[in-house]
Amino acid sequence: MTAHAVEAHESESERERDREFAAVIGLEVHVQLETSTKVFCGCSTDSATEPNTNVCPTCLGLPGALPTLNEAAVEAALKLGKAIDADVPDRTRFHRKNYYYPDLPKNFQITQYDAPICADGALEVSVEGDSREIAITRAHLEEDPGSLAHARGGRRTSIDAAEYTLVDYNRAGVPLMEIVTEPDFRRPTEVRGFLSKLESVLEYLGIFDADRDGSLRVDANISMVPESEESDEGSIPSDVLETANRTEVKNISSHKGAEKALAYEVTRQRNALQRGREIEQETRHWDESRGVTVSMRTKEAEADYRYFAEADLPPLEVGDWAEEVEIPELPEARRERFEREHGLGREAASKLTSTKAVADFYENLTTEFDSDLAATWVADELLGELNYRDLTTEDVEGRLDEFRRLISLVADGEITEKNATTVLREMLDEGDDPDSIIEANGMGKADDDEVSAAVEATIEANPEAVADYENGEEGAINFLVGQVMQATGGSADPGSVNVMLRERLNG
Amino acid sequence: MASEHTEAATGEAGASDETDRTSGGSGSAEDEYNAFLTREGIERSADGPLSNMRVAVKDNISTEGIETTCGSAMLADYVPPYDATVVTRLKGAGATIVGKTNMDEFGMGGTTETSAFGPTENPRAPGRVAGGSSGGSAAAVAAGLADAALGSDTGGSIRNPAAFCGVVGLKPTYGLVSRYGLVAYANSLEQIGPIAPTVEEAGEVLDVIAGPDDRDATTCPPADHGSETDSGDDTADSENAGGEQPDGSYADAATGDVEGTTIGVLADLVDGADEAVVDAFERSIDALEDQGATIEAVSLESIDHALAAYYVIAMGEASSNLARFDGVRYGPSPAEDDGESERGGDWNEAYARVREAGFGEEVKRRVLLGTYALSAGYHDKYYAKAQDARTWVKRDFEAAFEDVDVLASPTMPVIPPKVGERIDDPLRLYLMDANTVPVNLANLPAVSVPAVETPGSRHDDDSEGHDNDGRENQNLPVGVQFIGRAFDEAGILRVASALD
Ligand SMILES: [Zn+2]
Repeated sequence: MTAHAVEAHESESERERDREFAAVIGLEVHVQLETSTKVFCGCSTDSATEPNTNVCPTCLGLPGALPTLNEAAVEAALKLGKAIDADVPDRTRFHRKNYYYPDLPKNFQITQYDAPICADGALEVSVEGDSREIAITRAHLEEDPGSLAHARGGRRTSIDAAEYTLVDYNRAGVPLMEIVTEPDFRRPTEVRGFLSKLESVLEYLGIFDADRDGSLRVDANISMVPESEESDEGSIPSDVLETANRTEVKNISSHKGAEKALAYEVTRQRNALQRGREIEQETRHWDESRGVTVSMRTKEAEADYRYFAEADLPPLEVGDWAEEVEIPELPEARRERFEREHGLGREAASKLTSTKAVADFYENLTTEFDSDLAATWVADELLGELNYRDLTTEDVEGRLDEFRRLISLVADGEITEKNATTVLREMLDEGDDPDSIIEANGMGKADDDEVSAAVEATIEANPEAVADYENGEEGAINFLVGQVMQATGGSADPGSVNVMLRERLNG
Repeated sequence: MASEHTEAATGEAGASDETDRTSGGSGSAEDEYNAFLTREGIERSADGPLSNMRVAVKDNISTEGIETTCGSAMLADYVPPYDATVVTRLKGAGATIVGKTNMDEFGMGGTTETSAFGPTENPRAPGRVAGGSSGGSAAAVAAGLADAALGSDTGGSIRNPAAFCGVVGLKPTYGLVSRYGLVAYANSLEQIGPIAPTVEEAGEVLDVIAGPDDRDATTCPPADHGSETDSGDDTADSENAGGEQPDGSYADAATGDVEGTTIGVLADLVDGADEAVVDAFERSIDALEDQGATIEAVSLESIDHALAAYYVIAMGEASSNLARFDGVRYGPSPAEDDGESERGGDWNEAYARVREAGFGEEVKRRVLLGTYALSAGYHDKYYAKAQDARTWVKRDFEAAFEDVDVLASPTMPVIPPKVGERIDDPLRLYLMDANTVPVNLANLPAVSVPAVETPGSRHDDDSEGHDNDGRENQNLPVGVQFIGRAFDEAGILRVASALD
């Protein structure tokens, strides 16, 4: 970002070049909808099997096979439409997008064109305290192609080095939603925020499985315009947008990847512009492992997909269906409810509703424990430690009972909060359960006899501090408490040690 | 590859004559007309209404474990792993399937001469084509090699060969018969339908294959019959549509009773026909009038645009439907007998090699024209305009059916051409379809039945020695086409049965 600052400013033209640029970013997000069967046939969407086993004449594109529409996929799309407050037409229909590619069994994709199932929606995203609404142009239903494995000598490799390519049609026909946004993003962090919000909404709706390989794929369009063109609300005049050269970045598959890829592009384009170079209108490939975008060497011909209506699927009346479809409480509403019902602050409530899994876990804990204690342990301790380790709750999904146990030990006073934090870290780093960690490290709360004995021994061993205390030096008591704590390996409660010491010395 | 099929077609092995059928029983008779591509019997799976019937199936209808070539070198070795819904229904009704019949490649042609496995000859007009694209099916029935056959009709492919071979052929309303398993040529236009010696037998087969199918979303539940099935058209007139006896048997509709029926003659389609065709057609209309029908002349304004609209739509859809033939999953491998070209490389080059070698000239022509018609910049000029014309044709038919019960025309404007006569002139071939394609554009049912006193007609025996005058075309088959309201198959079968 500071590249421009080190440029020499010699002439007016260079100063002209040195003006600030604003990034204009729009997304095309493909998400797999979680349904038990594919969108146009009855095959399972389960991906954990041998290649080419979840297939039938329809999803293999065998001659004569016909598509029939899976209503569950339509229902999922309508739920998303409701969640992003989109317009659903009375009647939607499917088109064919014609192009040749080996992962496409029919060499056309059944998708939607002129009557997408969702149009004109929006999603609110808050990044660093700033709340922004991202307009969603359209979201339509389509079939996923198969997947390709490029190989050389029996090992997987890149497409360029491949000797041959294998096709797996298990994925062919898995329902996809393509979600297209307006170019409303100005910063890569907003893109990341949008994607996690979108994923969270999809999970709340129960129509998305983030764990599935390839369940989220992102293409981003980015162009740079002079910052002076940006209005206070962040909008850019359309004629400025049209004249700016656009780069499309493909192959982004995660929130973090999107932020990194776009940050890279912003820097690359800004540097080029400030050096007076043109931005080429091109497609670039995000290389996750190298952290760079690379120009796709094969210059794609102007794509002409020859869209036309898919006559095998009659138009579908969805107007009434969209009215009737019911969706569960969404993150925003749940956050507000948590603030209200559990007396939480906005930040804690946001954290606790960031994913459905966390919110469910928290809400479940509040039936048993104090809601503040639960909030502290989930929002600050658990999420903090996970975040520090680059983990998410999905990574520890199977261990929620262990965290519940840890919190119950704290709630029952069987372990100090300080030790509980240590146990939590060890749980995450070593994978052990709380009870065995406590036992192995003797971190259970010391019983009263043990503490009394430690108090006696401390008084015995520190006559000077005792004398200081007796002479009215209040600070000496803290020293003594520390000594007792040390002697009990931190397993005593500092408050009650304080009281015991005072009682013993005063009495 | 072609020879393999020709052998199979002329050989006797596999032909099943283990049926109770005695009339015309020549199950393993030699296939001297090249009607079959595969003569392999498929046994019935149950006893039923067709237990006595040997049925031939067009080779673009999928049969599990039995080659389904679509008359193309591209699919010469393709064996489907599943049965088309109509095949399942035939087997379940007791029919014995005696083989797969020759056809124009992927249904693209009207003479069965574009078949990669040689043309089918007309059993009722030696030296002449059997028509097409379901030429093998019609010839098999005309030659008595099958008691009935299934064809498919995209722009006349059932009615055309039925007319040329002097048999009955019915193209059902779009949505009456499942297309699951029918290898698509132009999927918004085509239907599978029966070909049989008589109207009643055609009805018997239709009784078995008609009806909704979960695997074909365009089939209509019976309750929907009587409302417009196609998209984007709100002009359906439910009083106007609907069959005479939608719940009854189609075979039972062949009563021969036309008393009080109003038949509209499509004057434009009569005017364009050959003299021999017009003569036979008019004799048939006179016969119907004699039997108590009322005859009216009807003119459809849109009909001049139907042929062009049909070809744009059919070719556009074909360019997409045939895209899957790329050599990846079936068909010739890109590397096959291709010594000079390096293996691998660009996918597009591999596809091009496979498609260059696998498709015949007519298929390539239609795929290229269809691709062009759908391309950016031309889409509105051709494809969108053709869709507008299609809507216009539909409305014209609906309006006509406010005044008449069925419409009639010659099925084909010409008598069957000689083998080789037209094959090199695509435009003349396309013009042959002028009378049949409007029906497909309008999704309506139509049947072709032999004209009175022509070969295949029951009245033909009476016509022996009919003032022949030495005219060459006198004793060639001529078909009369009856077009009905949507789902009024019973109505057109009833009228057609008055002629046979
Ligand atoms: Zn499938």
